[in-house]
Amino acid sequence: MALLEVDDLQVAFDTEDGRLRAVRGLSFSVEAGQTLGIVGESGSGKSVATQSMVGLTRGARISGRALFDGDDLLTMAPENLRALRGNQIGMVFQDPLTSLHPQYTVGWQIQEAILAHEQIRKGEARKRAVDLLGQVGISQPERRVDDFPHQFSGGMRQRAMIAMALSLSPRLLIADEPTTALDVTVQAQVLELMKKLQAEYGTALILITHDLGVVADMADDVLVMYAGRAVEKADRRTLYYRQHHPYSKGLLASVPASAAHAPGERLIPIAGQPPSLLHLPSGCAFHPRCPYVMDVCVSETPELLSVPSIASENRPSENRPASENRPAGGHVSACHLPPEAVGPSPDAESRRERAVAAGRSTPVAVLQDEGAA
Amino acid sequence: MTSPSLDKSTPAAGTSSSGGEPILRLSGVTKNFPMRSGVFGRTTGSVSAVAGVDFELRKGETLGLVGESGCGKSTLARLIMGLLPVSAGSVEFEGQDITKLSRSGMRPLRREMQMIFQDPYGSLNPRRRVGSIIGDPFAIHKIADGEDRVRRVKELMELVGLNPEHYNRFPADFSGGQRQRIGVARALALRPKLLVCDEPVSALDVSIQAQVINLLDDLQDELGLSYIFIAHDLSVVRHVSDRVAVMYLGKVVELGTAERLYTEPRHPYTNALLSAVPLADPDRAAQRKRLVLVGDVPSPVNPPSGCRFHPRCPKAQEKCAAEVPTLDSGEGVALDPDDLAACHFPVLPGEDLTQARSALTGVQATPEAVFGAIGSNPGSGDPTNRDSTNGDSTNSGARA
Repeated sequence: MALLEVDDLQVAFDTEDGRLRAVRGLSFSVEAGQTLGIVGESGSGKSVATQSMVGLTRGARISGRALFDGDDLLTMAPENLRALRGNQIGMVFQDPLTSLHPQYTVGWQIQEAILAHEQIRKGEARKRAVDLLGQVGISQPERRVDDFPHQFSGGMRQRAMIAMALSLSPRLLIADEPTTALDVTVQAQVLELMKKLQAEYGTALILITHDLGVVADMADDVLVMYAGRAVEKADRRTLYYRQHHPYSKGLLASVPASAAHAPGERLIPIAGQPPSLLHLPSGCAFHPRCPYVMDVCVSETPELLSVPSIASENRPSENRPASENRPAGGHVSACHLPPEAVGPSPDAESRRERAVAAGRSTPVAVLQDEGAA
Repeated sequence: MTSPSLDKSTPAAGTSSSGGEPILRLSGVTKNFPMRSGVFGRTTGSVSAVAGVDFELRKGETLGLVGESGCGKSTLARLIMGLLPVSAGSVEFEGQDITKLSRSGMRPLRREMQMIFQDPYGSLNPRRRVGSIIGDPFAIHKIADGEDRVRRVKELMELVGLNPEHYNRFPADFSGGQRQRIGVARALALRPKLLVCDEPVSALDVSIQAQVINLLDDLQDELGLSYIFIAHDLSVVRHVSDRVAVMYLGKVVELGTAERLYTEPRHPYTNALLSAVPLADPDRAAQRKRLVLVGDVPSPVNPPSGCRFHPRCPKAQEKCAAEVPTLDSGEGVALDPDDLAACHFPVLPGEDLTQARSALTGVQATPEAVFGAIGSNPGSGDPTNRDSTNGDSTNSGARA
């Protein structure tokens, strides 16, 4: 059994304007030692989904199951959840300044996290805090342990947060945009650190980000979210080279230096904007922005169905690390297009076009260019 | 268009610095911010934010400006716009030194140079209608009013891909990408020649970023604009720029055509910076070697002696701590006069920096702490790496 198994997670908020459905039936699992990347734009529900699992969403209506080592996090008593949080489930958030208390020293805050879960002496906890700061690459940790958060740079604060999250060697680490506020060189330091510590402790990692580059570097499996649902899930290489969902395809085509095109080539943006979660489009939520929209997309919500894997790939297999040769445990996509139409190849493109030609009764006015709405 | 011939000149690659006609020329631009402390606010020191920057921007060209936070790129943008006074040096816009101009002397030039800001939420007044926000420049410069102004504003909205019928809406009715279009429309109102874009797409979602990048691209072609493009996303900068300048602690350490700079960076800092860029391509990401710099950018209050990068540099020698390197094309190394690097020991094509070790002692405790080779398979290709390191160390030894 996987370390974390999430099944049909639903999260909604009651607002003045009606019920906002932030997460609409999300299922995934994470194994020990593995990294799951969750990718999506703002409002896709990627942060809310994980925060609701660890009880950090106040006033939310949550349903579904999230089994952590067999225990359901969603129905667990608050004190049990609190015991798990920090101890077995660590968390790192985007903004390291607001996650650290400004009036306590960094070392004190790490000590406190340790003492909340373990019966050890204060001096020992302090020694551990110094050790941890050293491990995450802060120079002179015995001196810096008594610094206040404002005396740390952004990268150091984020490393301190990671030290705190790892202080009790959690089995699951949830990192929500852990490097978004950082410069690329510092980002590289922090990501390498998380990789190293993951290898050392066998931690399972959920990495939430909008940055397709970070995911390409870190994740074993990638889950793409749109408007509160998973639209596609696959192992990393499949997602980048043989993606099925037009949204995944669109995301890759809109970032420079991606697998989708050569440098300097004109970017292909996704038309329009993400939908409001209060007034979701009918059928597939992506249909108003989708260049391949068919009649069925407007009326029927597509289910996550398995996409058949093709044995022969155009990329040589020796480039692939051994870990990626494991059985492709389920490439799934929620799209009405034929399942064989994957990746950017002309063949796949013509399959899509044929399906679209057959699937449209009347010519549909598609948003052709950027932001015309 | 009122100004004469503003044809889009061909990308600047290949033309020598003196050949292309510059629209903007920076020489020795320096900015020090005084640090005050105590009750009387005495000046106790200064922060060297920009320390002698020289470059030219040619007509119709996009010059990208990259570097980590605190490297001075945004300060430089404000100095170019005349929003901050320089401490030393000159900024010439079409031959005229704007640092010597008075407020009123500056005013006509403000029409020619405009700025686009990062935050499309903070830079628009939420209580004013979009039409009047975009029409502001016409009012300030008393160019058009009444019907004429409305007509011009609607033309601008159409130009940047906004629906002119939304003239009377408020900024809150628009999404982030559309607000950035409003900012672009306002900046274009007076038909400027130079647009300084400070992180114009950083606050936008990925799918929307591409829309704004393509818009800026089209406008440049249509209107013959010259851009200074500042962004921390190096992939975006490569995509839009003809030439790129890399800044570190207030200095330009490397300047060159985007293609060359990204494929064969010569300054060790550029190497480290580029190797840290995440690539949305798992196979390419797995193949490349990553240089992870240890430590943080030093404080600009007391910048390191000599080359400001030397305490973190894997190739540092005694000379680097003693002499400030000039931004030049290097003796006999450069292929193109447009390719400049401020380094005593520029990185050679094919050189493997992950194997290089600083010759300076006392800078970092262990050589491994200076640079760690991560992402490279320790078993593969090691002998060749060692060879190149040996070859290189004798090389630099001979030069030092």
